[in-house]
Amino acid sequence: MKITGAEIIVESLKNEGVEYMFGYPGGVVIPIFHQLFNAPFRFILARHEQGAIHAADGYARASGKVGVVIATSGPGATNLVTGIATANMDSVPLVVFTGQVSRDMIGNDAFQEADVTGITRPISKHNYLVQDINDLARIIKEAFHIASTGRPGPVVIDVPVDISKGTAKFVYPDKVSLRGYKPVYEGHPGQIEKACKLIEEAKRPVIYSGGGVILSNASKELRAFVKKTGIPITTTLLGLGAYPESDPLSLRMIGMHGTCYANLAVHECDLLIAVGARFDDRVTGKVSEFAPGAKVIHIDIDPSSVKKNVQVEVPIIGDCKSVLQKMNEIVKAPKIGEWVERLMKMKEKNPLTYRDSDKVIKPQYVVEKIYELTKGGAVICTEVGQNQMWAAQFFDYQEPRTFISSGGLGTMGYGFPAAIGAQLARPDKRVFDIAGDGSIQMNIQELIVAVQHRLPIIIAILNNGFLGMVRQWQELFYDKRYSNTCIGFQPDFVKLAEAYGAAGIRIEKKEDVVDAIKKALSIKDRPIILDFNVDKEENVYPMVPAGKSVKEMITVELA
Amino acid sequence: MSQHVISVRVENRAGVLARVAGLFSARGYNIDSLAVSETELDDVSVMTIVVRGDDRIIEQVKKQLNKLIDVIKISDHSPLTSVQRELVLVKINAQPSKRPEIYQLVEIFNGKIIDISKKTLTVEVTGEPEKVDNFVELVRPYAIKELIRTGRISLSKEVL
Repeated sequence: MKITGAEIIVESLKNEGVEYMFGYPGGVVIPIFHQLFNAPFRFILARHEQGAIHAADGYARASGKVGVVIATSGPGATNLVTGIATANMDSVPLVVFTGQVSRDMIGNDAFQEADVTGITRPISKHNYLVQDINDLARIIKEAFHIASTGRPGPVVIDVPVDISKGTAKFVYPDKVSLRGYKPVYEGHPGQIEKACKLIEEAKRPVIYSGGGVILSNASKELRAFVKKTGIPITTTLLGLGAYPESDPLSLRMIGMHGTCYANLAVHECDLLIAVGARFDDRVTGKVSEFAPGAKVIHIDIDPSSVKKNVQVEVPIIGDCKSVLQKMNEIVKAPKIGEWVERLMKMKEKNPLTYRDSDKVIKPQYVVEKIYELTKGGAVICTEVGQNQMWAAQFFDYQEPRTFISSGGLGTMGYGFPAAIGAQLARPDKRVFDIAGDGSIQMNIQELIVAVQHRLPIIIAILNNGFLGMVRQWQELFYDKRYSNTCIGFQPDFVKLAEAYGAAGIRIEKKEDVVDAIKKALSIKDRPIILDFNVDKEENVYPMVPAGKSVKEMITVELA
Repeated sequence: MSQHVISVRVENRAGVLARVAGLFSARGYNIDSLAVSETELDDVSVMTIVVRGDDRIIEQVKKQLNKLIDVIKISDHSPLTSVQRELVLVKINAQPSKRPEIYQLVEIFNGKIIDISKKTLTVEVTGEPEKVDNFVELVRPYAIKELIRTGRISLSKEVL
């Protein structure tokens, strides 16, 4: 029996066990939406395609499953571009369907036509333009496989409308056969042995763990590895949660706004064990002065990440989980008592801190209180900028997939829609979007989606009336010329919340912070905006200025 | 900065060339030449890419190419382990008085005259890229009107 292309899409998604699809309709995808009407999975109608794709991304990061998105051709598809690039940079598995004009119209500048495969080629893991309906089921199967295996990423399937309307026999393939795509999961035993030998001999080793550990669900193996070797561990921004930050061996976050002791530890180490991290410039600062005395072991599933930015003594290509399992079997603990002791002292002497005040609300104080009142059990999504860094610094992440943030691309407007996806994935958890007054306005239209689905997301706006991170750079490096970063002209966020049917609370005094968070936590049937009027010119410290080395770090004391 | 000849076998599909070319431009790698052709298999094409860079860049080029789903196999072809050829067509301004000299050159290089007009000769020469370079240099004094090269193609040598 033949069925339509649109039915093939829905049947394929059923086969993949899809729970949620995020998207927005439009002309050439009407045939697909016609079939989605009766689909057994839930459709989340965004209010902007960018909101849809960030929500799918947040869902994927919080659940570990593939996020599924659909938008129409032309503007629908181009509105997805930022979301595709965001997912690509942070290796988030997405399958993105876009409508396309019918095959005979392609290339004619038809209404709502855009070259979607051309546009998305450099920002997706892979993409397809469906040319033959008989390929459709195979392509969907391949897309889910490619998105979720190896180093995950977004895969785009551009579906011409005549393919959706055409008919073919439906057979969903059991297996994929891609001769050009065979990710390596098992690390090379010889390399693993070499690495373990280096570890045993190390005097000052540090583990540098990244988002790859979370993507490969290797948190348990990482914890076992730390326990067995006793080596101190720092994580990247996207690696937060892989290792409990309350543990003494945790050096917390590394990088531009990482802790002094993490950055110094890496600077002084003689062995750096990189696990699922890619030596991003926000981590390394000036590459030539990054971990200058260290040999490097680099475990990563993506060979192109290895030796891209730094030289590596022992590369291990493979999945973090499987490689760490193997290492845990044979590795012996090095003798590093003195080194650990020194780092523990350094940690005690240079904690993450800020100058608190009784007159104004410090943004860091708000994040600390959110941590305390949720006992660290919340899922924290962030926007991008100061809010993101404070959320990373002043919350002790305990579990993987509880910190959700656009790291690589640094996409403002990501956090709130991502929180919608995260809340759908984790109905058992309270989900926060720690936001700035700038970022939150980039996808504020999605508020109605959270209201519609009764998602009790708490949006904590650290409202300083500035585009804070850019203002901070202007203050420090551009003679305090606050060019276009003062956004004092604001909507009334409380009224805005109410207009959408959400709850809204403005907090102007420090003593009201705790009560407001408690009140928000007591609301369970709709989103809540907490508009914290915080110190306007608070900066994020410590800070290693871009392209500089650790030695040039600006600390709270120096600032 | 050394020159490398990278032979890339890819799925014979629409868009693959754009993917490979896009990768080079997006990451700032310079292509000296690129030749795309069919192979012994209907569904496989081969791209011979000549690229310049230090070892680190060449390693990245290969890894990034390998990351493309449509790339099946990559090999780095050195002149010792491969045979490499290029074809050049040169349209030379050749007054009748100069023609005997040019005929001689063409003969020495095992070339062919493939078109002739009152004022011009068009010559085809095939060979290793260095040979083609030499030929072009030698005919340059006669004023080249138009010149086109295929770019290098390369096959690995079999072990005896």
